Amino acid sequence: MSNSRQNRVRNFSIIAHIDHGKSTLADRLIEETGLLTEREMKEQILDNMDLERERGITIKLQTTRLVYKAKDGNEYILNLIDTPGHVDFNYEVSRSLAACEGALLVVDAAQGIEAQTLANVYLALDQDLEIIPVINKIDLPSARPEEIKKEIEDVIGLDCSDIPLISAKEGINIEDVLESIVQKIPAPKGDSGAPLKALIFDSFYDSYKGVTAYIRVVEGTIKPGMKIKMMATDKEFEVSEVGIFTPSQVPVDELRAGDVGYVTASIKNVRDARVGDTITEADRPANKPLPGYKKVTPMVYCGVYPAEGEDFNNVKDALEKLQVNDAALTFEPETSAALGFGFRCGFLGLLHMEIIQERLEREFDLNIITTAPSVIYKIKKKDGEIINIQNPTNLPPLTEIEYMEEPIVESSIMAPKEYVGPIMELCQARRGTLKNMEYLDQTRVVLHYDLPLNEVIYDFFDALKSKTKGFASLDYELKGYERSDLVKLDILINKEVVDAFSIIVHREKAYERGRSIAEKLKETIPRHLFAIPIQAAIGSKIVARETVKALRKDVLAKCYGGDVSRKKKLLQKQKEGKKRMRQLGNVEVPQEAFLSVLKFDND
Amino acid sequence: MKEIGVYIHIPFCKSKCYYCDFNSFPEKFNLVEKYVYYIKKEIDIYAKEYPNCIIKTVFIGGGTPSAIEARYIEEIINYLFKKFKTEEKIEISIECNPKTLTREKLRTYRNIGINRISIGLQSLNDNLLRKIGRIHTSGDFFNSLKLIKEEGFENINVDIMFNLPSQTLEDVINTLKRVITLDIKHISFYSLKIEKGTPFYKLYNQSKLKLPSEDLERRMYYKGKEILEKNGFKHYEISNFAKEDFKCRHNIIYWKVKPYLGIGLSAHSNLSKKRWRNVASFESYFKYLEKDKKPIIELEKIDSQTEISEFMILGLRLVDGINKAEFRERFKIDIHNIYNKQLIKLKDLGLIREDKENIKLTKKGLDLANIVFMEFI
Repeated sequence: MSNSRQNRVRNFSIIAHIDHGKSTLADRLIEETGLLTEREMKEQILDNMDLERERGITIKLQTTRLVYKAKDGNEYILNLIDTPGHVDFNYEVSRSLAACEGALLVVDAAQGIEAQTLANVYLALDQDLEIIPVINKIDLPSARPEEIKKEIEDVIGLDCSDIPLISAKEGINIEDVLESIVQKIPAPKGDSGAPLKALIFDSFYDSYKGVTAYIRVVEGTIKPGMKIKMMATDKEFEVSEVGIFTPSQVPVDELRAGDVGYVTASIKNVRDARVGDTITEADRPANKPLPGYKKVTPMVYCGVYPAEGEDFNNVKDALEKLQVNDAALTFEPETSAALGFGFRCGFLGLLHMEIIQERLEREFDLNIITTAPSVIYKIKKKDGEIINIQNPTNLPPLTEIEYMEEPIVESSIMAPKEYVGPIMELCQARRGTLKNMEYLDQTRVVLHYDLPLNEVIYDFFDALKSKTKGFASLDYELKGYERSDLVKLDILINKEVVDAFSIIVHREKAYERGRSIAEKLKETIPRHLFAIPIQAAIGSKIVARETVKALRKDVLAKCYGGDVSRKKKLLQKQKEGKKRMRQLGNVEVPQEAFLSVLKFDND
Repeated sequence: MKEIGVYIHIPFCKSKCYYCDFNSFPEKFNLVEKYVYYIKKEIDIYAKEYPNCIIKTVFIGGGTPSAIEARYIEEIINYLFKKFKTEEKIEISIECNPKTLTREKLRTYRNIGINRISIGLQSLNDNLLRKIGRIHTSGDFFNSLKLIKEEGFENINVDIMFNLPSQTLEDVINTLKRVITLDIKHISFYSLKIEKGTPFYKLYNQSKLKLPSEDLERRMYYKGKEILEKNGFKHYEISNFAKEDFKCRHNIIYWKVKPYLGIGLSAHSNLSKKRWRNVASFESYFKYLEKDKKPIIELEKIDSQTEISEFMILGLRLVDGINKAEFRERFKIDIHNIYNKQLIKLKDLGLIREDKENIKLTKKGLDLANIVFMEFI
């Protein structure tokens, strides 16, 4: 029985560019296999964070088990492991792909292949997955399925002769997709009797059960009561429950080789169930773990401070909770002269950073201030010591520095060819080095640029989108470190350095950035009773200066009987606005000021 | 006997000025008769509720009270005085638009006891008057003023505005210098403020309204103040100037947070520890009063803390400021026991000044009065 069951299991992911309809297709597959009635379905079931649904992107992966009665008369178990679509979450993608034998590649019938799709296809190919291309949105008037077919064949080299042409939104040809999954994706291999090897591809935490680990059993069987061991940490636990996703969790007796499901084992610390680790049986351990455990390292850092000092502990609690199912998030306490007590947080990339910020504000109802994002710089000191700096404030005095290195990424930017000019202009301005340019077909180009990461995190993606009317897509990975002429740019408000505004920039960019920050602060800092100079400085050298003029007049000319209530309300509002500001020396700075300096002008 | 001021709102205008956000309705003159009928009903309600009040001042405002026939004003005032006791030296003001005044109207006003005329002039520059949507010219003003004086009125106020679109400093000076030669007793000298919901607000947001710079606006204010003070006007409130003994007693009631009763559409009252606001539409005003219900849309209880706070923010509008002894007598506590921190801070900022009797705004405080008021909210 076990073998015939295993033969009817298919484990697969869906890979797609943002907006190409991955979540909608997932919904249709669930609907088609009758897991939920239409009424029970919320739109886009798998994206269950509000934020995800709002932005239409997947951040945390989700898993569900579908039961499909195929045309051959057999029932198949299809385990769908959803993947995040964005470059920042590459590691999660590669983990979920490792749990599968195949992947659906969803391509938009109008837009074709994008940089991130390609990046994920390569990840899937690395894992030897069977890739099934699917062309979606064929209902669009601008759909051009024949051209896209050719593009997929030319660019990726996949056979598209019997490619499903579907509309997930309209529910067209969904069955073709299910049949392809059954026919093309191989059944999982693995011996249910062998020593246990199960890959953890995600985990989350709740205070009752502790950590729930999402696993793919590769070899052996796991069941409640079994003593298990985490191979990366050697920690041992007793399994309290195993189960499957429907998509809600349903306990089962056991999970066998080839199965996808979850396990709980009173694991109190999420670090003990790391994504990528292998679970084995304590008494009969596997001789070696599955390949693939990699410690994820943050690439982007910023300070996160409570807007009101008394919220420090609440921010800490919230970060801890977020970290539980987001192992890529790191944080440690730090202090800023301007902002008080807060945290230095590490993120995979800018989107990850924005998402954490938004989750802190929405899910935890916290009011936070973030400082400018930074990357990790390597500093070679004259005494020979090499230090890593991700907070500009910690930069040693220039006299102690022999040289500095900054991280460089290899990026690929894919776009219609008419945008090559503007993209090159942008990359040039961001200190990029063109490595290669290739034509995918007659209309589309991939530009390979080496770019300093600190230029990429400074609103590069938005600038790229605005220069290409949204057509360009970006993918990048760390290449290594290079020596660079970097300086620390300080911002002085009313003659005092505000550490939260300090950034490390390339010397050639310092003037421009300094001017732009000073201008933005001038716009956002309200006028005070005195004039406020805003200066940008490198060391003691002022490179830009603006002045917030003194407030000359703030008086209501008329106030009679009928005006009292209304005018009082105005004053109250004005006063509340003042309360929400940060006191830096004797200057009150609104929170928007901290945000405004992060955004690049759309030039 | 409790002394009160009474405000009566006349929400009718020939046309609306472009800067005005007051509650008034052009082209609703057909409702005047009905409105007056319900005004009397409202007076009835309060006369019954507050039989022990004595009226010290009356202010008939608008809108444009002079735009409706004088017999309606007569009807209202006579009724009010039938229902309430009045002080012997009562002050009764009426707001007038130069275009709408006639000798007959003035005569009626005189006969029913009105003794203070407030003229909305704004400027003597006809170009500017057109630009801000006034229906009258400077000529109309001179004609009206002549009539007013001929009919024996002595206590006359003129409203003058500055900070008007493309107004120059000379223009403000010219208007003031001419007006002060006319034996006027009181001048309200206002800076234009762009209010939401007005035609100017829309234009301003579309950058189609060129207002004087902030510096010029302040120069206009201080130049105006200088001219007025040199010519025997005492600066007694942020925007008000008066010859000796001619301060507006009615408005002082507001600034000293004393009781007043507002009658008519969207009128406000402050009586017996409550402040309330009337409904803003004729329809609901009529409907409420038809059922003998007070036409109130919003009511706020004034606890002593609120009263103290209002006493500060309104009292500091007066150039003489807050009288400390008066404060102590009214609230049974020394002002420093409540506001010491705020007073010290504001003195350090140079926004207020304190002498033996009073606490008042400095020159800088006059410019930045809101910063001062905020401390007492």
